[in-house]
Amino acid sequence: MNWLLVYPIVIPLMTAVVSYLFRNSRAGRWISVAGTAALLLASLLLMAEVLDRGVVAAQMSNWEAPFGITLAADLLGAVMVVITAITGMATVIYSLSDISERLERMGFHALLQILLMGVCGAFLTGDLFNLYVWFEVMLIASFGLLVLGGDRQQLDGGIKYVMLNLVSTIMFLTGIGLLYGITGTLNMADLHLAVREVQNQGLLTTIAVMFMVAFGVKAALFPLFFWLPASYHTPPVAVSAIFAGLLTKVGVYSLIRCFTLIFNQDVGFTHTLLLWLSVITMVTGVLGAAAMNDFRRILSFHIISQIGYMVLGLAIYTPLGLMGAVFYLVHHIIVKANLFFVAGVAKRIGGSTDLARLGGLYTHAPLLAFLFLIPAFSLAGFPPLSGFWAKYVVVKAALDLEMWGVAAISLAVGLLTIFSMTKIWGAAFWPDHPDGIKPRLSDLPMGDRVALMLPIIGLAALTCIIGLFPEPFVQFAERSATQLLDPTEYITTVLGVQP
Amino acid sequence: MELLLAITIGIVVATSVYLMLDRNALRFLFGLVLLSNAVNLIIFAGGRLTAGAPPLIPEGAYAPVDVVANALPQALVLTAIVIGFGLLAFTLALVYRTFMTLGTVNSDEMRIAEPRDKRQLDESRLGMGKADPEHPATGQEAGI
Repeated sequence: MNWLLVYPIVIPLMTAVVSYLFRNSRAGRWISVAGTAALLLASLLLMAEVLDRGVVAAQMSNWEAPFGITLAADLLGAVMVVITAITGMATVIYSLSDISERLERMGFHALLQILLMGVCGAFLTGDLFNLYVWFEVMLIASFGLLVLGGDRQQLDGGIKYVMLNLVSTIMFLTGIGLLYGITGTLNMADLHLAVREVQNQGLLTTIAVMFMVAFGVKAALFPLFFWLPASYHTPPVAVSAIFAGLLTKVGVYSLIRCFTLIFNQDVGFTHTLLLWLSVITMVTGVLGAAAMNDFRRILSFHIISQIGYMVLGLAIYTPLGLMGAVFYLVHHIIVKANLFFVAGVAKRIGGSTDLARLGGLYTHAPLLAFLFLIPAFSLAGFPPLSGFWAKYVVVKAALDLEMWGVAAISLAVGLLTIFSMTKIWGAAFWPDHPDGIKPRLSDLPMGDRVALMLPIIGLAALTCIIGLFPEPFVQFAERSATQLLDPTEYITTVLGVQP
Repeated sequence: MELLLAITIGIVVATSVYLMLDRNALRFLFGLVLLSNAVNLIIFAGGRLTAGAPPLIPEGAYAPVDVVANALPQALVLTAIVIGFGLLAFTLALVYRTFMTLGTVNSDEMRIAEPRDKRQLDESRLGMGKADPEHPATGQEAGI
């Protein structure tokens, strides 16, 4: 029993309960900050353990592996938990200023912590049905966060988000039921062995596509992404940022996990399908972004286009491809959350997120302009930022397999990404504000300024560090990809026997 | 027995798809409720059907003596029912709140977050769209 695997789930749960009890006083928010700091510490300890000892697993209530619920962390799971904690920390600090006391009294911090719990649980579980349960925990918390406050836009976006995500979980549950019907197990490591003994492999591929659709909705793959641009720009910025950073990535993580560990018996069909979907996702996402005229809506469409790159890495299904997917996943969460934070500050001092009603940020808030350029260039893939290495690895993986078209499209999408970023720059930063407002950071009270800028500076620094010293991160992604493609260690640790 | 269950599931799924193709969010929700029940039946059937043999272990024994029903799918279905119930109750409340606030649950008319044109965008920003929160539209207008 390894307790390190339990902490990332229990800590947010406890924090949620306690901060809910203190939601009416200022203590609630500080409990939330302390709890997230504890989560960050716990996740780093877990990471150290995984780096030191390889895959770690724990059987809940000491029920042996295929029968009970298993928690397991390999390198991918561990790094996702760390990045969840980092994003959670940034969001909690940002929300100190961004979230009104009214929303705090409605239980904002409790919902946020439950969301973190659900996300960590999804990354750590080794059981398919348990993954479904964590998805639901995450979903119900995200529903609450999305419509908290209940203004007109939020309700409108919320309905679409809720409905389409519910369809996806029902699809997921159907897949689970059918998979259990033909294999008799739901433990992921055990499934890896069990699917090879299934007589009717065609049926298995059908179920694989079912899972692909379910996770595809979560990950916002083409043509299942419509809930995302409908809702992500409506809630408070802190909520948008953590959704943009984490939620779709849980879908991508689940795709990577299931399509390396379980459904790799018909790679020619499933992964080719993923390849086409990812390319179309990339293109539609970036074209959508180019057509939008609102800071946050442009960023929402970018999420979709970037998801394409990650799934492309998985679809290529070579060590280099998966390495790119893992690297991209980590890079993207940091950068995307950061861009939403910047959009939030721009709204705060400039009064809007509509590009037609923003301006003067470069003249009056040069620091913010600089901090926008770092994640924006990183997202587009400029060296020496983290996005450059992420794109480089994925494109290299495509070139190695002589997929010239795919490589060309992904480079062109990078170009269009920078086009839509210059659109933001050219409207919000460069010209004067249309209403004559002078958006100055110094107009914000000191406490707000610290709470808003600290997460942005921290995440921008992380982007630069990954970009300037990519060696350890690339090596890590490489080891993680090796682990994913050869899950022997994972299976041995979870089941306790040689496969 | 399996055949009967399969046909039942098929009918329930067909009905729910019909409901979910409707523009009215409330009908869509009812479709979801039906669909989630159909899926529970799928899980139940996936564990194979054993009639009249509850998975009980006689006193003093450590394992069931005869062939008994598979208990795991029942546990899974129970979990799924509980979770599904919570989510659907939340969604029903959300649909109701949306109807009270926006005055409609017709998905074609719900364009506040993603307005079609500039004029609508301005309306939604100033909070003076078609619907009046004080006087929500009647059920007939919303097509319920």
